Amino acid sequence: MSALRTALGRVVALCGPHRVAVMIVFFVVFPWLMPYKALAINVLILGLFAVGFNIVFGYTGLLSFGHAAFFGLGAYGCGIAIARYGLPWPLALGAGVLLAGVGAVLIGGLSIRRRGIYFAMVTLALAQLVYYIFYQAEPITGGENGLRGVDVRTIALGPVALDFLAPTVKYYFVLVFVSLALWCLSRVLESPFGAVLEAIRENETRARACGFDVDGTKLAAFVLSGLFCGLAGGLKAMHLSIVPTEVLHYQTSGLVVIMALLGGMGTFFGPFVGAAVFLLIEDQVSLVTAQWQLVAGSLFMVFVLFFPNGIWGSLLQWVGRAP
Amino acid sequence: MSGETILSADGVGKTFGAFRALRDVSVAFPRGRLTSIIGPNGAGKSTFFNVISGALLPSEGRVVFEGRDITGLSQHLLARLGIAKSYQITSLFPQLTALENVRIAAQALVSRFGMWRPRSALPGLVDEATALLDGVGLGRRLGVPAAGLAHGEQRALEIAVALASRPRLLLLDEPTAGMSPEETRSIMELIVRLATERTVVLVEHKMKLVMNISDRVVVLHHGEVLAEGTPDEIRANDEVKRVYLGQGRPAAAGLR
Ligand SMILES: Nc1ncnc2c1ncn2[C@@H]1O[C@H](COP(=O)(O)OP(=O)(O)OP(=O)(O)O)[C@@H](O)[C@H]1O
Ligand SMILES: [Mg+2]
Repeated sequence: MSALRTALGRVVALCGPHRVAVMIVFFVVFPWLMPYKALAINVLILGLFAVGFNIVFGYTGLLSFGHAAFFGLGAYGCGIAIARYGLPWPLALGAGVLLAGVGAVLIGGLSIRRRGIYFAMVTLALAQLVYYIFYQAEPITGGENGLRGVDVRTIALGPVALDFLAPTVKYYFVLVFVSLALWCLSRVLESPFGAVLEAIRENETRARACGFDVDGTKLAAFVLSGLFCGLAGGLKAMHLSIVPTEVLHYQTSGLVVIMALLGGMGTFFGPFVGAAVFLLIEDQVSLVTAQWQLVAGSLFMVFVLFFPNGIWGSLLQWVGRAP
Repeated sequence: MSGETILSADGVGKTFGAFRALRDVSVAFPRGRLTSIIGPNGAGKSTFFNVISGALLPSEGRVVFEGRDITGLSQHLLARLGIAKSYQITSLFPQLTALENVRIAAQALVSRFGMWRPRSALPGLVDEATALLDGVGLGRRLGVPAAGLAHGEQRALEIAVALASRPRLLLLDEPTAGMSPEETRSIMELIVRLATERTVVLVEHKMKLVMNISDRVVVLHHGEVLAEGTPDEIRANDEVKRVYLGQGRPAAAGLR
């Protein structure tokens, strides 16, 4: 056991500096480890959502209960651009990300000065506001039936038109964006700004005394987080070819908290682990019993109570590479 | 003791609810000198530091730094303008190494929102942080997380972090709190050395030391300035004696 531990520790240490490359390689083979491709696609998309959420939650130390807003704005922004305006998908995806970014500026601007539970409540309330606006705006959003007609059939790659409906194509298409996002995030975390985020998480008062604009930095992190979540939402819309209202629902905000905690907040790979475990439980346990949420909930409780670093965080700790 | 004033407080008051922690405090700190603020527990010394460093908004009065009214400016701006503080209760980045604690403080002067280039590409910060840690006697503890340092080492790190902001005005709130006599002596030597290059304001309870190293002393009592002057003047001040005798610790006060 201890030999395994040392060996794993060494592997993790070796992978550390190339974490993005290692993850991409892993994700290239990942679909074959999953029961079917659509599940793998969902892990990538929700994993990216959790990665984006982790920027504020894990790296900055802010618990937002309103992140469905950015996932949903990304999904609706992209979906509406395609279904209502017939924009090509690259522009539509960009529109989704942009809309999520604008939403993050507004929601973040109104909430970032609140502390702790008040911050969580304000973000929740504002996200609910977004939900109701989209729910009511039926002519544009399709209301409670969701937005239909987000049809992307082919992806043009030079002269070749790839069949987007083929699960394998779709998976690798999503993976390209996830890889780019992870590469960007890795750079941001390594940057001076990333150091400021660490400092704020460690000791806000001292960070301020050092000369850092704590509220401004938090807002920047919040908007960055919103952009990542918006990208995940846009990919979700393209993947499903509809946008269900649930993307904006507060349960989606809760889901991302659960996935980030389950996988390990503040770890680079953890959000994907959390997303994968959660979706696998949903997928496999629901075959056996309708009470799969009980299983997921119990597992979640066990981790919150006994392994607060989550699955990936605990593993890193076990091999001596504390997150 | 004439000369240029680096910072002055003008009729500063601070209330917490109905409680007046500071009332009508007017003092001027001469540039390049070491001024100490003394006073019994609860006199308002830390509160005064918080007001002049921008951590607390004064309820009345104003604060002028290098000729500029800084009342109400936020603390992070004041830090960049040149006012740094070490905390009475150690306030560090516990999980970060001693080196990173100081490096990040130094980074605040050069990069705060840079998101693309790696932090390691910022020139000079690690060297600067290493030199500062050497200067406070932590040259061999660079890689140790702040939480893993001994109490005395953490106090020294506090000072190094404050120095990393390259302050022209350095506020030290009981830097030797909880230190052994030996550690206290070496920190005091350090402070005297620091005071040759910048203005230092020191809050300290160890009165003998204060009287030996300070150019000026301000005595706060119940949130008011009780006396102000050279150490000799303070020693001779009857009111100050009474306050400290009233506390029942004339010897500790070192006023004889
Ligand atoms: N945030 C606050 N809210 C309410 N009261 C406060 C607050 N901060 C300080 N006080 C009160 O103001 C008074 C002055 O406190 P302060 O910390 O400035 O004293 P001090 O001179 O630094 O004392 P010490 O020598 O014990 O450090 C105390 O009575 C304290 O209880
Ligand atoms: Mg105090």
